[in-house]
Amino acid sequence: MAGYAFLLIALMTTAAYLLGRGRGARIWAGGDGSKVHSLPGYHGAFVAAWVGIPAFILGLFWLFLQGPIIDQFLIASLPTSMTDGATASQINLLVSEIKNVAAGQVFKEPTPDIVAAAERYELWGQIARWAMIVVALAVMVVALSFARSRLAPRFRARNAFEHVLSGLMIFCSVVAIATTIGIVSSLVFEAWRFFTMVPVTEFLFGLRWEPQIALRDDQVAGLGAFGAIPVFTGTILIAFLAMLVATPIGIFTAIYLVEYSSDRARKIIKPIMEILAGVPTVVYGFFAVLTVAPAIREFGGLIGIAVSPNSAIAAGGVMGIMIIPFISSLSDDALNAVPRSMRDGSLALGATPSETMIKVLLPAALPGIVGGVLLGVSRAIGETMIVVMAAGLIASLTLNPLDSVTTVTVQIVTLLIGDTEFDSPKTLAAFALGLVLFLVTLCLNVIALRIVRKYREQYD
Amino acid sequence: MNDASMSAEMTANLSKSLDFDQAAKPKVVAKDVNVFYGEKQALFDVSIDIVEKSVTAFIGPSGCGKSTFLRCINRMNDTIEGCVVKGGISLDGDDIYAPSLDVVELRARVGMVFQKPNPFPKSIYENVSYGPRIHGLARGKTELDEIVESSLKRAGLWEEVKDRLNEPGTGLSGGQQQRLCIARAIAVSPEVILMDEPCSALDPIATARIEELIDELRANFTIIIVTHSMQQAARVSQRTAFFHLGILVELGATEQIFTNPSDKRTQDYITGRFG
Repeated sequence: MAGYAFLLIALMTTAAYLLGRGRGARIWAGGDGSKVHSLPGYHGAFVAAWVGIPAFILGLFWLFLQGPIIDQFLIASLPTSMTDGATASQINLLVSEIKNVAAGQVFKEPTPDIVAAAERYELWGQIARWAMIVVALAVMVVALSFARSRLAPRFRARNAFEHVLSGLMIFCSVVAIATTIGIVSSLVFEAWRFFTMVPVTEFLFGLRWEPQIALRDDQVAGLGAFGAIPVFTGTILIAFLAMLVATPIGIFTAIYLVEYSSDRARKIIKPIMEILAGVPTVVYGFFAVLTVAPAIREFGGLIGIAVSPNSAIAAGGVMGIMIIPFISSLSDDALNAVPRSMRDGSLALGATPSETMIKVLLPAALPGIVGGVLLGVSRAIGETMIVVMAAGLIASLTLNPLDSVTTVTVQIVTLLIGDTEFDSPKTLAAFALGLVLFLVTLCLNVIALRIVRKYREQYD
Repeated sequence: MNDASMSAEMTANLSKSLDFDQAAKPKVVAKDVNVFYGEKQALFDVSIDIVEKSVTAFIGPSGCGKSTFLRCINRMNDTIEGCVVKGGISLDGDDIYAPSLDVVELRARVGMVFQKPNPFPKSIYENVSYGPRIHGLARGKTELDEIVESSLKRAGLWEEVKDRLNEPGTGLSGGQQQRLCIARAIAVSPEVILMDEPCSALDPIATARIEELIDELRANFTIIIVTHSMQQAARVSQRTAFFHLGILVELGATEQIFTNPSDKRTQDYITGRFG
């Protein structure tokens, strides 16, 4: 039904455009050319914007508000015997039962009261949907007649449409900003709830992480400990191993591509790097868990070293491979941004290509490369799928890359899977971890972008 | 005028200008140089002698191949993909395109100053000491200091920068940056210095300063300068070569080229008929 409403709005908008353009064309033909301000198309667009946009916004608001308002009516209309003394969650349960009955999903025989309520619910829904179409139509007709009455030879439809467009762009950017604010505030809010149950100091400095506490009385589980240090060290260890792989390989690849490779080699290598960048992380996860981890374990066995099946080095190494294209393409950009005249100046003094690279190009591109590496680190820290598959679950406090460690992202995933209840520290801990993760990657990104930007100013 | 008579006239001009300089020793000798950028030919059979310890100016309209030829002399064209150089160029009798020749050594003997000042984003001191360091010209810090000081002095920059050798070279003014680049080239003690429109990015005062400097450097170096400004060529050079459409049209003493050119195209160019 809502779909029909929006289809109607779209049709009306198109019709409004055609009407406006037709009117504009008549004005254009009637005027003596120089006196008419805007082309017919702008008149059409102006009328269409007036007809379409308010009705569309109205429709959206209607859809958002319709549900809660009907729910309120529904609760108010229930016999007092059903709602008296009930808690908010019991009422919610009742409402969803009514909705289920209305939708024809009957799980147990409903009481007559509920059947009656379900019928009312159905009816109100119908009324609301029809009302929406009627109101939207009315708004569009009013807007159409208003907008058409504005059209005149000297009317500045072109400028007015410019305002509409800039408004549209502002709206789109506001969507992104508002979403960010929403995500951050939900993180902060839930993390704050967690910190009312577990002290911040214990979370930040505690050395034991055993979050699998009982959610119900009959479950057998640990008492729980929420010291996140082992999780942080695990994350840092894996990210460090990843960067150990990605940084040198990525930078050397970039150097090779920029300075040494022939055109033909570049044409082959670049697309392959792009394929590497396009592999889904879950596939890297398979690769880590099915190929790399067993290989490292076997190799460890050969030389007599015990390697855990979920070793940090397997997860970190594969994550490093995932980050290589990221670092190499950012370093590539940084090296290419160094003006050609620098390289020519050095070569003309009789420096070899590698002397030129080490003494002139790399120092000049260093800020850009460092920025790229920092962005790589923030990706390594936030990467989830590879570590969920290949890293361990037990938070052990170790820096041995052959041991199994866990990461912040893995813990967030495991804490939120399965039976969850959003008022126990177990689930809320995920938000606290998420907040820390967010702050760390935010800082890294800000620093990296600042370094990159500062560097750009040097040559532009 | 048909092609045959034109080339005959050209050869006559060339031999005439060679006669003129018979006393001077040629430093760089080019014979039938052809340069191709992929399919496109940029230079056609250029043969030229560059006289030692003098200034030779290359003039001609844009795209005439004068910079291309300049870049053949220190083989900077090697860095351009698809660029092929045919023919022979020799420096003191050594073929610089011979497989046995080390490009790195050649570039230490033939320095270059570019159109736009391009100091490295390093300190003034490091800019000048860069060449001596990579070629191992100095034993120890004191010797390196001496090279830096004498190079900056010869480039006429010492008085202006002696108190701030550790400041970045990119912080200098355009004219100072270009003199820094000249000092950087001198520091390697080259025999030939190539200058590719060294004043085109500078104001008239800085240009005058560089021109004075070129005149002083002539005592010790063989200088080849590409320029768009005919007045500059007249002011700084002893010999001038006029390039047009990839052909060396005329080569002779600067005075003769500007007062009594033997080729009609040279005459048209210097009187401002085209270019």
